[in-house]
Amino acid sequence: MSTVRGDSVRAPRGRAPHFRAPRLRRLPLHAGAALTVLVCLFPVYWMITTALKPSRDIQSSDPHLVPHSWTLEHFRTAVNAPGFAQFWRNSLLVTAGAVLLSLLVALAAAYAVARMRWRGRRPFVLAVFIAQMAPWESLIIPVYIIARDTGMLDRLLTLTLVYFMVTLPFTVIVLRGFLATIPPELEEAAQVDGCTRLGAFRRVALPLLAPGLMATSLFGFITAWNEFAYANFLIIKNQDQRTLPVWLSSFQNTFGTDWGATMAASTLFALPALAVFLLLQRHVTSGLATGAVKG
Amino acid sequence: MSATEEHAPPRRRPARTSAPPAPPRRPTRDRSGPWPYLLIAPAVLGMLYLLLYPLARAVLISLQDFRLRELISGDAEFVGLANYRALLTDPRFWTVVRRTFLFMAVNVALIMVLALLVALMTERLGRVWRTVVLSSLVLAWAMPVVAATTVFQWLFHSEFGIVNRALTSLGAHSFERYPWFAHGTAAFAILVTLVVWQSVPFAAITLYSALTTVPAELHESARLDGAGAFRILRSVTFPLIRPIVMLVLCLEVIWTFKAFVQIWVMTKGGPGDATTILPIYAVQTALSRQRYDLGSAASMITVVLMSGVLVLYFRQLFRQENES
Repeated sequence: MSTVRGDSVRAPRGRAPHFRAPRLRRLPLHAGAALTVLVCLFPVYWMITTALKPSRDIQSSDPHLVPHSWTLEHFRTAVNAPGFAQFWRNSLLVTAGAVLLSLLVALAAAYAVARMRWRGRRPFVLAVFIAQMAPWESLIIPVYIIARDTGMLDRLLTLTLVYFMVTLPFTVIVLRGFLATIPPELEEAAQVDGCTRLGAFRRVALPLLAPGLMATSLFGFITAWNEFAYANFLIIKNQDQRTLPVWLSSFQNTFGTDWGATMAASTLFALPALAVFLLLQRHVTSGLATGAVKG
Repeated sequence: MSATEEHAPPRRRPARTSAPPAPPRRPTRDRSGPWPYLLIAPAVLGMLYLLLYPLARAVLISLQDFRLRELISGDAEFVGLANYRALLTDPRFWTVVRRTFLFMAVNVALIMVLALLVALMTERLGRVWRTVVLSSLVLAWAMPVVAATTVFQWLFHSEFGIVNRALTSLGAHSFERYPWFAHGTAAFAILVTLVVWQSVPFAAITLYSALTTVPAELHESARLDGAGAFRILRSVTFPLIRPIVMLVLCLEVIWTFKAFVQIWVMTKGGPGDATTILPIYAVQTALSRQRYDLGSAASMITVVLMSGVLVLYFRQLFRQENES
């Protein structure tokens, strides 16, 4: 389950037979590893260095793999682009709204599923599992038409609701899993000591749920922050309501051949996601991988 | 599903302290009263209005004559399966379907082979190398789709792109100012590269996690029995991680349709039709040509094609949960 925990426990197996192997025999292995690292990182590296290079170096006939001189000019161009602050605010609002709504609704549902017995619980869980695989790419047309009919086009609230629904099933499934590992006796003891059921949940189970809340809000953040299709087709006339991915996708139209500024904008947009992933890497590799596959 | 059942016994105790002391072992099925239903109500309402209703609406529109006029006036005429008939007799639609399957097959094959290789390699690495490889996989995985797409456009830029520069300096002079996005096959290949680059990290990390759960003793005993590395992989390791491999495979097949974003941002389905796959075709038909009815019908055909894979996925998932 956990890659990191797995490492320390199983360290002997992966390596023991190879310890005695001569250095030369491990060469292809290390070459493969180096190639993997190179292929994974080069686009990210190239994005950041292009953003930091002066324009004449970007367009020179002899591109340097390591920039010779640095500049923040492209970042200034990107930050001063019209609407930059507005689109950041929109993206943050939509993301935060969707994540909070999804956590709240999912927490209630997960509690009902993990802690209570009621008729219809199994069908509900099945429905959530199916909803997790909803074909969102095929629902753009009806969602567009419904939003148009109800006057919800060009509104951030519409995007918030869509992203809430995209992340909700996964959040319910993961929180249910985490709740199931917390013994209900803990809450019952708190109730015996005079807590209400809600108070027992808040004081006892909620703190223990922190890793689950972390994993699910991370997933929600990444989903909502990156989402492009709905943001592109539901925000049409009122361009002030656009979010960052849509802004970035049209960046080249505004900035033409200014690839330095385009890469600076990409870097600024990617930075929160990259930072969050790197900081939480251990939880990501174990939590998200198992969560997404095993539910 | 078994996961919920494992925790059933402790719940037999009365859940609420306010309830009168009940005789032990009495089923608490009806004890919770309306609470569970109130707790799931927001989730159920969300699923009904934001998921089931759009799906039903798409089915309805695909059975109507629904164009710009009907979008504005709001009343559409029911035409039965006419839209589906129009689509299925359109050679262009069949070309798109074939291209969708080609795109899916190439992507999934590359993703699975590369991910399996990376996972096997990562497992054999020492601690430092393994951390480095896993970190770079996570970093590539975390790269937002639109940002990655923009970066790939820059990498393959005809004049200043590093790929053309590198190929030219290696002696392939035909790549000097080669316009990748003007040639159908080249644009298709770049999109495949981009999707594979973004999908391998998740698959590789998941498969690596699965590999770490294979008991070491099995390898040892197979080795003592004289099995070679490849034989161990085929007869010991692979059967054990097969369920996870199947799950990842199904997910990657389903996620092929998420490539909508990369394709839309990079080529909008062009040049010509060269990178148009089903979701792109549906949205173009509906929102650019205002044929909402045909677009919905194409979407529904996509959903039907996908649900076949989805059924496989769920069978695997529930078998997996029952075993664990």
